[in-house]
Amino acid sequence: MANVHAIAEAAEHVNNVHWLWGKITWDAHTFPFLYDPIIAVTFAGVIVATLALLGALTYFRLWGYLWTEWFTSIDHKKIGIMYMVLAVIMMVRGFADALLMRVHQALASAGLFELLPAYHYDQVFTVHGVIMIFFVAMPFVTGFMNYVMPLQIGARDVAFPFLNNFSFWLTVSGAVLIMISLFVGEFAATGWLAYPPLSGLEFSPGVGVDYYLWSLNIAGIGTTLSGINLVVTIVKMRAPGMTWMKMPVFVWTTLCTNVLIVATFPVLAATLALLTADRYLGTHFFTNDMGGSAMMYVNLIWIWGHPEVYILTLPVFGIFSEIVPTFCKKRLFGYTSMVYATCVIMILSYIVWLHHFFTMGAGADVNSFFGITTMIISIPTGAKLFNWLFTMYKGRISYELPMMWTVAFMLTFTIGGMTGVLLAVPPADYVLHNSLFLIAHFHNVIIGGVVFGIFAGINYWWPKAFGFKLDPFWGKVSFWNWVLGFWFAFMPLYILGLMGVTRRISAFEDTFYAVYFFVALLGALMVGAGLLAFIVQILVSILKREELKCGDDPWGGRTLEWATTSPPPYYNFAFSPRVYALDAFHHMKEHGATRPTSGFVPIHMPHYTGSGIIISGLLTAMGFGLIFHIWWLAGITFLASVVWGIAHTFNYNRDYYVPADEVRAIETAGNPAAAGAE
Amino acid sequence: MRFSQVALLTGLMFLLSGCNLVVLNPSGDIAAQQGDLIVYATVLMLIVIVPVMALTVFFAFKYHKDKTDSAYEPDWDHSVSLEIVVWAVPLAIIICLAGLTWVATHRLEPYDDLKRISAEKPLDPNVEPLEVQVVALDWKWLFIYPEQGIATVNEAAVIVDRPVEFKLTSNTVMNAFYVPEMAGMIYTMAGMETELNAVLNHAGTFEGFSANYSGNGFSGMRFDLHASDEAGFDAWVEKVRAEGNELSREAFVALEEPSKNNPVAYFGAVEAGLWDKVLNHCVGDDEICLNDMMMVDALGGGGVEGLYNRELFRGLCSADDPEALFLMLRDEHASIKSEIISAMTLLPPAHDAPLQQSTPLEAN
Repeated sequence: MANVHAIAEAAEHVNNVHWLWGKITWDAHTFPFLYDPIIAVTFAGVIVATLALLGALTYFRLWGYLWTEWFTSIDHKKIGIMYMVLAVIMMVRGFADALLMRVHQALASAGLFELLPAYHYDQVFTVHGVIMIFFVAMPFVTGFMNYVMPLQIGARDVAFPFLNNFSFWLTVSGAVLIMISLFVGEFAATGWLAYPPLSGLEFSPGVGVDYYLWSLNIAGIGTTLSGINLVVTIVKMRAPGMTWMKMPVFVWTTLCTNVLIVATFPVLAATLALLTADRYLGTHFFTNDMGGSAMMYVNLIWIWGHPEVYILTLPVFGIFSEIVPTFCKKRLFGYTSMVYATCVIMILSYIVWLHHFFTMGAGADVNSFFGITTMIISIPTGAKLFNWLFTMYKGRISYELPMMWTVAFMLTFTIGGMTGVLLAVPPADYVLHNSLFLIAHFHNVIIGGVVFGIFAGINYWWPKAFGFKLDPFWGKVSFWNWVLGFWFAFMPLYILGLMGVTRRISAFEDTFYAVYFFVALLGALMVGAGLLAFIVQILVSILKREELKCGDDPWGGRTLEWATTSPPPYYNFAFSPRVYALDAFHHMKEHGATRPTSGFVPIHMPHYTGSGIIISGLLTAMGFGLIFHIWWLAGITFLASVVWGIAHTFNYNRDYYVPADEVRAIETAGNPAAAGAE
Repeated sequence: MRFSQVALLTGLMFLLSGCNLVVLNPSGDIAAQQGDLIVYATVLMLIVIVPVMALTVFFAFKYHKDKTDSAYEPDWDHSVSLEIVVWAVPLAIIICLAGLTWVATHRLEPYDDLKRISAEKPLDPNVEPLEVQVVALDWKWLFIYPEQGIATVNEAAVIVDRPVEFKLTSNTVMNAFYVPEMAGMIYTMAGMETELNAVLNHAGTFEGFSANYSGNGFSGMRFDLHASDEAGFDAWVEKVRAEGNELSREAFVALEEPSKNNPVAYFGAVEAGLWDKVLNHCVGDDEICLNDMMMVDALGGGGVEGLYNRELFRGLCSADDPEALFLMLRDEHASIKSEIISAMTLLPPAHDAPLQQSTPLEAN
C-alpha cells in the first residue's frame, strides 16, 4: 500500500508544479514567516541586519574593493580568510539553533511549555548538525589549510589557484541555499544524515530534503576540488630541500586530511546522488519497496561520515602540533611517531564506519570487528597526546592564548576520547546509542577537539595574517566561557544519557530531567557568551591594532610561514626558501639567516578572476530551481554555468610578472636592514 | 596516582548517586550486564586517562616559563624508551579491552537465546521464551502476542524471569526499540526482521520508547512495559481479550494511519498470518508480498510481462495460497513447482500460517 500512495503523491507533486514558479505556492507553506512568530522575528532581524550591512557597504563604497580585492581573489591567503569569515557567520547561525534547542528542551522537560512545534524543532536539530559540520567546522579547517599550508611549504600559492577560488564559492553556494531555507520553504526534518526511508519522497514530500541534497551536492563538489588542489600542492610545490620528513606536522595532517577528502567525498556525492535520484527520478535505491535498501544508504553515508570526523580532527591535531613546540620553546617530541600516527589514523578511519549502527543487528562477529578497529584508533591518537605531553616536559611554557586553548584541549579531549572508546564496545553501545550520552561524546570531541583547536589556531596565526595580535583580555573572557560553558553544557547530557534519555526528543512525559536540562542551558548560555566575547575580541583588536602590533615573528615561530613578513606579501616569498631541517625557520634563525635584501627578480603570478563567484552564483540559482522544481530556471542557469566555464578556458590573460622593482619596494619597506643594504 | 583515582571515582559516585542512572542500574539481566561492561571498560581506560590528565596538569605548572629552576632541554625531542611506553601502554589496554569486547559482544548478541536468567538464576531449559512481535508504526508501537493471540498498542507485558524473544520490524521508517530497564536497543526496519532476546528480573512498569528519530510524532512514541508474575500476566492477557476487537487486515490498515501520542489500544484476537504480511508489506488488498516479489525476481522475473506484475496480481500472497505464486512466474518454472513451493513454505512467510487452499484472488 505504501508504494501506491507514494506513487500517487509523487505524481501529484509533478502535476502540481507550476511551469513558472514550480513548487512555490505564494502562501504560508512556502513562506513560513507568515505564520510562525519566531521565524517572523528572525526574518525581520536578518532583513534589517542585511539592509544595514548592504547600506554600509554602499555608503563606504566598499563594493568595488570587495569585488576586486576579495571576491575575485585567487590568493590562497585571502581565500583562507574568506573561509574563516564564512565559518564564523555560520557558527553564529548554528549556535542560535543550538540555543533554541537547549531552551526548548529545558522548558519542555520542566513541563512549562513547548517553545517550538515538533515540525519546527526537527528542522532545527537537523540544520544545526548540517551547518556545524559542513559550514562551520569544514570551512574553518579548510581556511587554515588554505592559509597556512602553502606558507609552511614555502610556496607562492596553491597548485590550482582559480580552482581554489571556485571551491570556496561553491561552499558559499551551499551555505546560501541553507540560509534561504530558513525563510523560503522548509529545511529537512530528518536528522543531519537524512536516513531514508524518512528522507525519501514518501515520508518527506516537502522541499526540505531537497534543500539538504542540493546544498550538500554543490558544497561537496567544492570540498572535493579543494582536496585535490591541496594534495597536489603538497606533493608538487614544496620548497627545495623540504623532503617528506622535513614537512611540518600541520602539512602532514593537511595531506592526510585531503587524501581522506579526495577518497570519501565522492562517496558522499554518490550517496546523495542516489537519494536525489530516488526523489526526482522515481528510482528505488533506498525506498522500502521495489528492492530498495535503506541500510545501504546508512552504510554508504557512514563510509563517508566516519572519515569526515578525522577530516575535521586531523588538521586540528596539526595546529596543536605547531603550537605546543612554539610555546614550549622546544622541539616537538617524537616527530616521526607523530607522522606515523597521523597516517595510521588516516587509514584506520576507513574501516570503522559500522560502529555508527551496531544496533542494526549485524551480528556479533561484525560488531566486534568494527568495535575493535575503532578502539585501535585510540592508540595512535593516544600517542599524539603523549607526544604533546612530552613536548611540554622540560620546556619553557608561556601561557599565551593558543597554549591555553591547547591545554584545555588536552584535558577535555581525553575525556571525549574515553567515552568514544566506551561507545565502541558494542554491548555498551546497545544501551548508549542515540542517547544524550552519545551527543555529549561527540560534542566533547568536536568542541573540545576541533573548536578549541580552531580558536587556538586563530589566536596563533592572526598576527601572521594581519601583523597584530588579538586582544588577550577578551580572548581570555572567550576562553573561560567556552571551556567552562562546554563542561556545564555537556556533563548533564552525559548523565542524562546514563538515565536513558534519547536524542532529538522535543516532548517529555515527566519533569524529572528538568534540572539537568537547565544546567545544560546555563552552559549553552556561557558558550554563547564565549562566542560573543570572541567576536568582541576581534573587533577590539582591530580598533587597537596599533597598540597590538607585533612584528613578523611574535611567538618565536619555528616553521616557514614566520620567515616572511606578517602579513605576508601577496607572493608570499620573494625567493623560494631553501630548507635544511625540520623546523626550517628555527634552523634559519639559529644560523643567523636573514631575508634577502637584494637581487630581486620578477615573480610569476596569476590574475584574479570573477569566474568562480559567477559560476557558483549560477549554480546557487540552479540549486534553487531544482529544489522548487522550477525547471526553466535550473536549465538556464546550468547551461549558463557550463557556457561560462568553457568561456573561462579561453581566457588567455591569466598571469603576469610582478616587476623586480615592485618586489624590492615591498621587501624593503619597513625593513631598515634592507634599506641600508640597497 | 592511586589516591587521585579513588578520589575521582568516589567523586563521580557522589555526583551521580542523586539521580537514577537506569543504564547502570537496570531491572533486566541483559541491561545489567551491559551496564556492568560500561563500568569495567571505564575503569580499564582510566588506567591511562588519569595519569595522562594528571601529568598534563603537572607539566603545565612544573614547566611554566616562570619556574626557571625546572629543567629546560630545548633540543630534546626523542626517547626510544618513552616512545615504546607511549605506544605499548595504550596497546596493552586496548588488547584487554578488545578481548573484553569480543567476549561480551558474543555473549550479549541480541539475536542469540539467553544464557541465564540472572547472575543468581540459571536458565530453565524447559521454559520456552515468550514470543512478542513488535511493529513500529507512525508513531506508535504495535505488539502482537502469537501464543496468546492478542495484540496491543503502546502497552506491553512480560513475565518476570521468563525470557522474551522480540521479533521486530517497522511498517514505515526506521525506529529503535528501547526499554532501558530491560536491554539495549535494536533498530526496526521496514521489510526486515530484527530480534532481541531479553528478560526482566523485577516486577514493575517500565518505560519503553523509540530511540531513533522517525519524524513528526517521534517524541510521543512511548509505551509502558509491565513485568509481573505469571498470574498477573494472565490477568493482563484476559483484560486485553475482553476489551479488544480483532486485529484484522482492515483494522491494521486503519491503525497504520499516522497518529501522534496514540492512546493504548487492545485487540482480543489477531488475524492469522498478519505478522508475515506486515513484514512483507502486503497487509493492504492491493499489494504483492515482498517475499513473493523477491522469489519471482530470483527466478529471473516474469520477463517483459513481469513488468506489470504489480498491477496484474495485486493482493496475491503465497502465504495464503502457494499456488498463486505461479501466476506470476514464466511457464518454464512449472517443472520445478514442488521445489519452489517447498522453498516458499520453509521460509518465514508461511512458518506458522496454516496453508489454505483458497481460490486465487481475482487478478485480472
